[in-house]
This record gives sequence, C-alpha cells and structure tokens, in this order.
Amino acid sequence: MRPRIGVVDYGAGNLHSVRRAIEAAGGEPLVTADPRVLATTDGIVLPGVGSARSAMDTLDRAGISDLLREHAASGRPLLGVCLGLQLFFGENEEGPTTGLGLLPGRVARLRNRSKVPHMGWNSLDLCSQSPLLRDVPAGSYVYFVHSYHVLPESERDVVAATDYEGPLVAVAGRGSVLGTQFHPEKSGLVGLAIYRNFVGMVGG
Amino acid sequence: MLTRRIIPCMDVRDGRVVKNYQYFTALPDAGDPVELARRYNEQGADELAYLDITASVEGRKLLLDLVERTADELFIPLTVAGGIRSVEDMQAVLHAGADKIAINSSAALDPDLIARGAERFGSQCVVVAIDARREDGDWWVYVRGGRTPTGRRAVEWAMEAERRGAGELLVTSIDRDGTGEGYDLELLHSICSSVGIPVIASGGAATPAHFLEAVTRGMADAVLAASMFHYGRYTVREAKEWMRAHDVPVRL
Repeated sequence: MRPRIGVVDYGAGNLHSVRRAIEAAGGEPLVTADPRVLATTDGIVLPGVGSARSAMDTLDRAGISDLLREHAASGRPLLGVCLGLQLFFGENEEGPTTGLGLLPGRVARLRNRSKVPHMGWNSLDLCSQSPLLRDVPAGSYVYFVHSYHVLPESERDVVAATDYEGPLVAVAGRGSVLGTQFHPEKSGLVGLAIYRNFVGMVGG
Repeated sequence: MLTRRIIPCMDVRDGRVVKNYQYFTALPDAGDPVELARRYNEQGADELAYLDITASVEGRKLLLDLVERTADELFIPLTVAGGIRSVEDMQAVLHAGADKIAINSSAALDPDLIARGAERFGSQCVVVAIDARREDGDWWVYVRGGRTPTGRRAVEWAMEAERRGAGELLVTSIDRDGTGEGYDLELLHSICSSVGIPVIASGGAATPAHFLEAVTRGMADAVLAASMFHYGRYTVREAKEWMRAHDVPVRL
C-alpha cells in the first residue's frame, strides 16, 4: 500500500508540484487544511509558501500547529520545505513571529549578500548522515529561493549546507523531523530522490 | 556556489509553440510546448519560461492546461509571462502549477499590482519584465510588445519594481531582441548595479559567448534565450559546457 502523506495547504501557494512529486515518489498525497484529515496520515509535508507570520497565524487558527506537534512527538515523519523548515524553529525575524518550536534555533533574514533572495541552483555539502539524503551525492545541485535562513542551536541538527557568499543551512533536523531550505519538488531528479527517501521513511 | 541559470523561453499561442522549430522536427509533436520543455529539461535547462501571446479566452484555457501538463511532468521552475493583469490571473496560473509569473505592461500601468501579487503569493513569485529601448543616452520602458512608450527610465523603474516587492527582474533590450548581436550589456550592468534582486538578461543572444558577457560584464544572474535553442544552433548543455570552460559556475 502507498504511504498516505498529508500536505498542509495554507492558502495561496502552489502545491501542484509537491503533490506530483509525492506521487512520483510512490506516496499517496492528501492536500488538506483539515487537522482531522492530517491526523490520519502516516507522514506530513509542510510546504513553503507566503510569509512566516501569516503562515503561523493560519496554522494556529486551524489547529494545525498542535496537530503537527503531536505528529512529531509520535515519531511519524515530518518534512518541512523552505518556509516549512523555517517554521520548525522558534524565534523568527520574519514578522516577527514564533515558529512551532520543534527544533531549537532561530530564523534570520539573509544579510550581507549581494542579492536577496538567494535564488537558483546551488550545491549541497553533506554534514551528517540522514535517511532523507540517502544516495544523494555531495555536490548535488538543488533549487533555492528564500530571503530568510535557519540557524539551528546545535551543529548536530545540520544535515547539509550550501555556500552563498558564506555558509547556509540547506537541510536540518533530527530523528523524524527534517526539512530542506531548498525546494526538492523543483530540484529535478535529485529532488525526486529526496521525496522517495521521505516516502521510504514514512512507509518503513 | 550559486550557479548562473539558463532559461529557454517558448512563445505560445493557443497552447502551441508559434515559431518554426527546425531542430525539433524529429519530435513526435514539435508544436507541443511540453515536448520542447521535456527536451530542454533533458539538456539541463535550469528553468523554463512560457510567453503566452494568446488573445482569446479559449486560448488562455489552453495555456493553463499546458502549464498543468508541464508541471505534472517536469520538476524544475516554470515562469509564465503574458496576459497577466490581476491577482486573479496570477492565482490561475500559479494554481495550474507555475512557480513564477512575469508582469510587464500591467505592472507599468498599475504598479501597485506588484505589491498586491507579492503580498498574496510572496515576492519570489513575482517577476517584473522590463522592455527597454535606448534613446538619447538613456533606456526607456516600453509596453504592449515594445510599441507604447511609458516615459519611465528603465533603471528607475527597475528600482521601483524592487521597492514594490518584485522578487526578480526580466530585462529585455528591444534594440537587441531578434538581432543575434548579443545582450545590451550596458543596460544590464546599469540595472544590476542598481538593484539587490536577481536579474535575468533577455534579447539578442545567439551564442554562448553572449551568455558569458551577460553574466560577467552585464552582471546578470540568469540568461534567457529563445531562437538560439529552438533553431538548434546550440543545446543548453553545450552552452553550459562552454560557460564552465570559461569559469562561470553552472549546473551540469
């Protein structure tokens, strides 16, 4: 049976590619804003759209924040993408607001870069082992577009980094709570491999 | 290191590509933009762009269907330009699966549309396209396919677009477009050194050497080309290999 994977729909964003990538990776996506539906899934993707503050407001109001905390505490896999990863942390300069607090650390505006957003294909430096990046070679290119970045408290939570006029966290998390600053659903075959790994974590 | 992007652009009318794509006559359906998109993806295109030149409501539906079919299959960023006049138009295109929308005439006529789009969908979705013509020692913004002057200076308009929330600029030289003489490097340099958002160079490319000058002397972050790829003079991969050989970081 295909693992059922919830995709949190918080309004304005394009979830088409996330849904298609999960399908292509062997999962069954359920795109929804209903926490009761999300509660029935085996894994959840929190995608990246809009601004942190309005996203947190929406998640809090819909009861999704609590659901995500319960989901993470149960050990079922949770994947954050771009803004989704940023929402896993606490203090967030964008708004400002406070994220879900699933991972210790904060989110800051990208500073001292010639161009913001950091937009385009950049390469991955692997920092620690994670099932999410199984069979993803060091140096693989993935597609970024973001103006804020995560600063995990613990080095151990940094899974992969990239270099944009200085180091940036590209993949972070621990256990079954993991996220990518880039968009795997926009990162060609490398991105699909990451979705396949996530579906594998959910299914097995 | 962040790579420089190469973006093939396809002109689409009523859901079909409009130019004569000699190189692709071997494809089962060379008029289908998805066939071309697939081919460019295989060659290593970093993003794809559709410029919709449809005038009819029916044609617009065909475009949305095309965007959906492309996004169903290709997992790289897709930009749609042409005919986007409102937040509702943006929503329809993004909902179909596009990642960015480019606005040109509608932004020049209604600059607040940039802010409304950015607020609703995020700046990263909103590309402002600027068509500029060189006159009297400066560059001036034209709209409606380069026919109507706006009285705006291109560099000032670029800065205003950034201030209003554009996430990226697509800068086309009307003088160079279709000439194959290369991008207007001074125009690119003037805009790139005035804004803090990424800039895509457009208009005039015929060889990988033009890409190289656009990202070095022009300081552009990405290059867009149409006929250079459509007519098969170079594949995307050949252009990238050439750029890498000249020390420009590219995704290969």
